[in-house]
Parts: sequence; C-alpha cells; structure tokens
Amino acid sequence: MTDPGTTLFDRIWDDHRVNAAPAPDGGPDTLYIDLHLIHEVTSPQAFSILRERGLGLRRPGQTVATMDHSIPSTPPGPDGRYVIEDPDAEVQLAALARNCDEFGVPLFPMGHENQGIVHVTAPELGLVQPGMTIVCGDSHTATHGAFGALAFGIGTSQVAHVFATQCLLAHRPRTFEIRIDGALQPGVTAKDVILSVIAGIGTEAGTGHVFEYTGTTIRAMSMEERMTVTNMSIEGGATAGLIQPDDTTFDYLAGRQYAPRGAAFDDAVARWRRLATDESAAYHRSVEIDARRVEPMITYGTNPGMGMAVHEPVPDPAALTNASDRRSAQRALEYMRIEPGKPLLGHPVEVVFVGSCTNSRLSDLRDAARILEGRKVSDTVRMLVVPGSQRTKRAAEDEGLDTIFKTAGAEWREPGCSMCLAMNGDRLEPGQLSVSTSNRNFEGRQGPSGRTILASPLTAAACAVTGVITDVRELL
Amino acid sequence: METLASHAILLPIDNIDTDRIIPARFLITTKTKGLGRHFFSDWMHGSSALTDARVLVVGHNFGCGSSREHAVWALADFGIEAVVSTGFADIFHANALRNGLIPVVVGPEDHEKLVTELETSPEQEVVIDFASRRLSCGSIEAGFTAAIDTVRIEDRETPGGEELDALLRQADLIGRHEAGRQPRVDTRKDL
Repeated sequence: MTDPGTTLFDRIWDDHRVNAAPAPDGGPDTLYIDLHLIHEVTSPQAFSILRERGLGLRRPGQTVATMDHSIPSTPPGPDGRYVIEDPDAEVQLAALARNCDEFGVPLFPMGHENQGIVHVTAPELGLVQPGMTIVCGDSHTATHGAFGALAFGIGTSQVAHVFATQCLLAHRPRTFEIRIDGALQPGVTAKDVILSVIAGIGTEAGTGHVFEYTGTTIRAMSMEERMTVTNMSIEGGATAGLIQPDDTTFDYLAGRQYAPRGAAFDDAVARWRRLATDESAAYHRSVEIDARRVEPMITYGTNPGMGMAVHEPVPDPAALTNASDRRSAQRALEYMRIEPGKPLLGHPVEVVFVGSCTNSRLSDLRDAARILEGRKVSDTVRMLVVPGSQRTKRAAEDEGLDTIFKTAGAEWREPGCSMCLAMNGDRLEPGQLSVSTSNRNFEGRQGPSGRTILASPLTAAACAVTGVITDVRELL
Repeated sequence: METLASHAILLPIDNIDTDRIIPARFLITTKTKGLGRHFFSDWMHGSSALTDARVLVVGHNFGCGSSREHAVWALADFGIEAVVSTGFADIFHANALRNGLIPVVVGPEDHEKLVTELETSPEQEVVIDFASRRLSCGSIEAGFTAAIDTVRIEDRETPGGEELDALLRQADLIGRHEAGRQPRVDTRKDL
C-alpha cells in the first residue's frame, strides 16, 4: 500500500491535538492554541465567565489584545485624547483595558504604535508564524492562514475556553484545495481572485472544510496579497484557509518584533520548511481556477458570492431553476435597487471605502494612491481611506501616500475596522451606495439600508474618481 | 426538552448572515442579555404577530458571516429555541449548541413543503420531537438531524459551560502537551 500522504492541515492539527488518539467519530478533539488574539467586542463576556467561575488566564503570554472594532477613526485632539462619541463604546473599551490589566494580557490601545485591526497588526509584528494554531473571536482570523498557520474564528464562549485552558474542543474539518494557476492580468488583484473564487464555488461550499490555496498564482503573491485571499475564506464558508509557507513567508517574518532572531530564526525556518502537503496526499475536495481569466470583480448582491467581472451584466434571478435560489437573488436585487440583465458600469457611487482587514495594508494603499495620484475624487463621492494599523499608517505617510489621498479630496483616517462594519459611527446614510474594499456586502453591514459593492482598492479608487462603477483598466 | 410545539417565524431566505440577525452597532455591549430586542433589527420592524414563536424557519446556510455569538444570544433572548433550515454555517452552528439553541436540519424537499405550508397557514404550529427526530406541521411530517448527540445541549445560563468543564478536566493532558514544547511566541517579551 502506498503512503496516503499528509496535508499541511493534518500536520498542524495533529501537532496540536492534546488527546493522544484522535477523537472517535463525531467527537471533538482537544486542540492546543498557540496564539489567542482578542479585541473589545467579543471578549468582555468571556472575561465575565472567568470571574464567575473564579478562573485565571492559563497563558497570558500567548494572548494579545488590540482595540479596533468600535474605536473612532477620527484623530485625537491636541491633548492626545480620542473623542469617543458613543458612551457604550467607551464602556466597552474601558472594559477591555481593565480586563487586560487584571488578567495580565498585553494590550495595544488607541494611539499605541502597535495598535491596529487585529488581523493587520498581528502579522506585521511577527506574532503570526507558520505551523501555529491561532484563534480570535472574529471570523476573519482565517487571514493568518496566509502564513501556513491554522487560524479560525470562534464564539465568545470559546474565547473563555481558551482563556482558561489554552485549548478548545473542535471537530476535525475536511480539506478543500483551491488551486489557482497562471499570471494575473493588469488591473487584476488578489481581491479579484478571491471574489472570483467565491462567485464560482458559492458562500457555503467551504462549510465543514478548511481551504488550502495552492498553485502558481498563490506562489507569486506577496504576503499582503496572500492575506487578502485567506481573509475571505469565511466568505466561502470555510472557517480557515491555509497557504504553505515558503521563502516569501520567511523573508516577510525576518526581523519582525515578535519573530525569532538569529540562530533561533534559522532553526524556525528549518522547521517551517517541513510544513507542506505531500504530493501523494488527497484532499476531500478540489477546484481549479485559471487566474489568467480573472478580470476586475465587483459584487452586485447581498452576499460575497454574488460577484461578477466589472463589465458583465447583472445575472437575472429568473434564470435560476431552484426556487429558493431565485427568491434569495430577487430579494438581493430588490434591496440593492439593481436591475438584472444590464452591466453596472456607469451606475452612480456615493461613498468609497478603502480599508478593513481585507485591504488596508500598505500595498492596498499604494494601489489606491496609484489611481488617485494627479486626479480628484468626484464631487459626488465621499472617500474614506482607513489604514489597517498605526504601523501601516506611518509607512504610508513616510511614502507621501496620505498627501496623495488628501490632495485628491479623500479622508485620511486613523486605523481601525471603521466602515467595514459601521460600529464606530463611520457608516453609510440609509440608501447610500458604496464601493468598498472590505469583505461583506450584507444588508445593512455598512449602515441601516446601506448598499455595498465589494471591489479591489484599484477598482474602488477608480470609482471614486469617476463617481460611477468603472473598469479600472481604463484608468491604468 | 423532548418535544417543542410552537408557532414559527418564517424567513425563507438563503444565506441569512449574522449581521442581519444582529447588526454590529448593537454589539457595543459587555453583556449577553437583552439582545433580543435587536433581533433582526433592520428587518422585522415588529410586524410579526407571532411574538410567542419559539421556532424560526429559515433558508439555507443560516448564520453565515461573522462569528458573533451575539447572534445566538439575540435569538435565545427573543425566545427562539430551535432554528429549522437545510444547513447552517459552521461557527453559528457551534455557537448555537453552546447556548441551548437547537439547529434542526431538514432535507431540501421537506423544507420547501414546510415553507409552503407556513406561507399558506402562518398560524400552523410546528411540532419538533427530538426523541424520534420527527418534525410535523399541518399535513407535513419530516425527519431531521440535529447535532445534539455529540454535544450536550447546554444550560442557557452558562454558555459553553459544559465544554469548559470538560476542558478543565483535561488540565493534566494539556500540561503534558505544554511540557514537550516551547511557546511559539511570548506576547509579553517586550513589556
């Protein structure tokens, strides 16, 4: 019998399984967690559970907190203080600070040099390393799979489990290979690739699975591009998405604050190089995507699977044979006030948002700036640019990107989740249509009755300039 | 709970995400109670006459998107005890079980019949028999699956409490796992 081979996923899972033998069918394994990321929104009730049960944190040194979801994106006043208009948000942020102090968890509060969106700042700091298990009370934790780490979002009760035991009970998922080969065309980005993948497989194909992204397109991507891809794994239904680490990964990690140094780094690289899927290994499911055929993408509906190339006509729900699919697609178009059968090119845009854990890294800001340089944001558009972290913000300002944005008429704001989920007052007015580089176009996601079209930073910036849905290739 | 008989709220839409169940602006809280008033806040507008409903019938892939357990807390706080669909998103499904909210999975054909029945007769009661795994509504009877054999239905007062106890009992095993390896990072090294 030939060796059935082992996948990258299996290697990491088995390395972290605390129970000696795999759990019997239907039972959960006990999985050890190397790094627990927390933020203000999904942690307070978990700290309450610890208090009620008289428990401490098992490994505060494997836990780190940042403020990102509900903080303002407006700059601090001359006294360095941030103005938080929502008293409930102030209570929640104060609770995080108090909890971290009491339980010994390092915290990056507003204004701290390491503060940022949890999925932007943790990789920048070198906290995210290949082969680790990483959890956070946030579904975009899948981002960290770009480093070959098994990373997934959990609910708040599980946040308490990891606090108390550094472990959680988890059912072993199945594996799903997404193979992407070929060079990207000009104007096509990692965001277009992942939107194209999700439009192809649908928003629930990954349920019960972990994605592994393979192929030459992925290999050619930078770490920031890979993070854009893995970030949206949950939008395809998978709680995690992995990419095998390689020299691109190791080069990115070298010299970062929390990464190993000197001989320890070399030892780590030797260990990380073994994190691969054997050629003889089989996935439970596989799909192949030809990246050469991917075009700039936009969404037209109310889930991230409702995507199409920017020039294509909006699909007609009447063509769907399944009654349930038809009902859902009709409802989505009614909500979006979009007509089927015609392209969206030329459709007016009111707000453009460049930011979120999907697309707020330096390369994303450079993409947007490349389009805006020497141009103006349309008079009919409000454009917000929200860097993902203090570190990214400083790097962008060192390159003068902030000047390009401000000169063009865009708002250059403080790091955080901002208008991706509209918790902090950065929100659409009812009925407004945005082109957003974030990850979710759900009904009301960016504000009650707000309408969201997902796109890359290139496409978003192009729409900001013209004031209408635009094929960015016309502006390159 | 052996049998649940109740009016049902019908929302036969696929891919209902957790943002729709409870929009993010209502997550600015440090508590788990009181979220029921925000349940489908931007959607229902109090129009439903079935405020006594303990069953929710929804489309495929319910609870996709954000991992917010607040979505489950809001449903439970509103009084929902079981959600009937053809399939649930992973994180919502696990969160539901930890809070005593039962995800009930029926086949697509039975689901379509159930939706038609409730559209025609919204006052019809849905009866869910957990022991025999049978669901009935008017003339419809269907089998279902629910993952309540592998994970015990939790006490609603302490979300995830049973699992936490199970993990705490494994402290020795966890300690042995830690003894064999260095922590991969030390978040406190520069403090």
